[in-house]
Parts: sequence; C-alpha cells; structure tokens
Amino acid sequence: MKSSVIVFPGSNCDRDVAVALEKLQFKNSMIWHKENVLPKSDLIVVPGGFSYGDYLRSGAIAAKSNILNEVIKAGERGSLILGICNGFQILIECGLLKGALLRNSGLKFISKNIFIKIQSNKNKFFNKYKKNEILELNIAHNEGNFFTDKKHLNELEDNDLIPIKYCDKEGNINQKTNPNGSINNIAGIFNKNKNILGMMPHPERMADKTCSNEDGLPLFLSLMN
Amino acid sequence: MKFAVTVTLKKDVLDPQGKVVSQTLKNMGMNNLSQVRQGKFFEIDLKEKDSSKAHNQVKEMCEKLLVNQIIEDFKISKTE
Repeated sequence: MKSSVIVFPGSNCDRDVAVALEKLQFKNSMIWHKENVLPKSDLIVVPGGFSYGDYLRSGAIAAKSNILNEVIKAGERGSLILGICNGFQILIECGLLKGALLRNSGLKFISKNIFIKIQSNKNKFFNKYKKNEILELNIAHNEGNFFTDKKHLNELEDNDLIPIKYCDKEGNINQKTNPNGSINNIAGIFNKNKNILGMMPHPERMADKTCSNEDGLPLFLSLMN
Repeated sequence: MKFAVTVTLKKDVLDPQGKVVSQTLKNMGMNNLSQVRQGKFFEIDLKEKDSSKAHNQVKEMCEKLLVNQIIEDFKISKTE
C-alpha cells in the first residue's frame, strides 16, 4: 500500500501519522503543499495541526494550496482520503466534504481523551472494528463543533455516512457526552461514496503501546483490507 | 477603489462569542441589550476604476475565500 501525507506550514501531526503508517508497512511519502504532483497513492492523509496559523478560518488557506488541487482530483477519482482534525477542516474548506466546523461550544481549546462509538463498519476505514465498539481516542482542537443544514444532516444519518459519534465510556450518546457541541454528537463524516473521511479525533496518537492505547491502529489496518 | 466587507454568522448558527460578549455587557448594566452577533471585517483596496467590475471582483473574493457560505453571510459596501 502506498500512502502520501500532505504537509503544510503549521502541520504538527504529519510525522505521527507517518510513523503509524510505516509501522504497518505502508510505503509513505511526505508531500509539501507547494508540490503540483501527487505520487500515485492508495491513501492520502491530510494531517492535523494548525496550517497557516488557522488564519481566516481553520483550513481555509490550506484548501487553496497547489497540492490540494491534486488531492481534490484524486478524491473525485475515488482515492481514499483521510483528514484528521485540521485535515478534516481542510477537506471541508476545499469542498470534498460538506458542512462546517465551528468554534467549540464551550469556547475553550479541548485537549483530552474522549470516547467514540462505531456507528458503521461497512466501509474502508472502520472494517476492523465491530459495530458499536467504543474507542478511547484523543482530541485537540478549538474548532471541532460540526454543523450542517438539516437536509445534509438527514442525508448523513440516512445513508450511513456518520461512522463515529462522541459518547462516554459506557457508550451513551447524548449532550452530556458531547465535548464540543457537534450536531448529533458527530465526530466524523464520510462523503457520499465513503472514500473520503474527515474526523476530529486522532487515531494516529493511539497507535503505539509505548505511549497510549492502540485503539486507533485498526483504522489503519482497515485501510489495508 | 476601497471596499468594506462585513462577514457575520447566519441567523441560525450559534455564535458563542457573541453570546459571551452580550452576557458581559448585560452584567455591566446594559439591560436593554437584546443580542450581540460577532463577525469579521475586511478592508479591500483594488486597483480598478470600473466600480461594477470592482464590486464583482470583491464578491468573487467573498465567495471563493473570505466567506464560508454554509455558516456566514456577507455585505459589501464601497467606501472610497
């Protein structure tokens, strides 16, 4: 499997993703945002961080970079694209995913471990998890409050396009277990064809026993399936 | 030619910053306050003499970069 991780000024989770991918024998390339050519990749990762210092809106400037034109073309051709945290914000700003990520409802930057529940495993990203499995992952963001219009929200709910929702340790999904105010406790969404995933939690931070649990690892294993 | 662009959150979008500002102003004794919505302001200076052409260009800037039209509205006004 070949993967590409896109790097912007201000990315800070790019190397973490690369380490997780290389651990699983992905042949990974780091691609600088100014490049105009994207190597042939089975998976493209838009990593977390603070591209361009979150100027204007998180992800808005990165969404206009050279390499994003190639990422958009690859996404439309059906390549697998994973946007994590700031990567999710960038995928929304460039139009590959719909909706918006607003400032957290509590107005605070949140950096902590949270729980998410797998809503659907019939896809390329979560097939190594069981349905309703509860994972402990880390979030670290200021704008993770997913919002969209009613029509799109229904489309997401009705077509199995919300693979993960925030919950507590027991799997309860409600306002109390919603860290950032996201509509319907949404932690990540797919595009219509389920080849593009945007998620706020960081699976790459939970991929090695020496520093965390390994709840994020099956996501990368799923992609190889 | 100079333009002012104001970007505000749409009516239905929660504006937590505006809410906090509003609550603080109320705490300061401004009891007749009904609502505060916080937004962004851009001052754009264009090298263009045709005012309708310039206006269209600013509109394009808004639609393509400055504004996320899912959550934000914008107003353009010519200042100079």
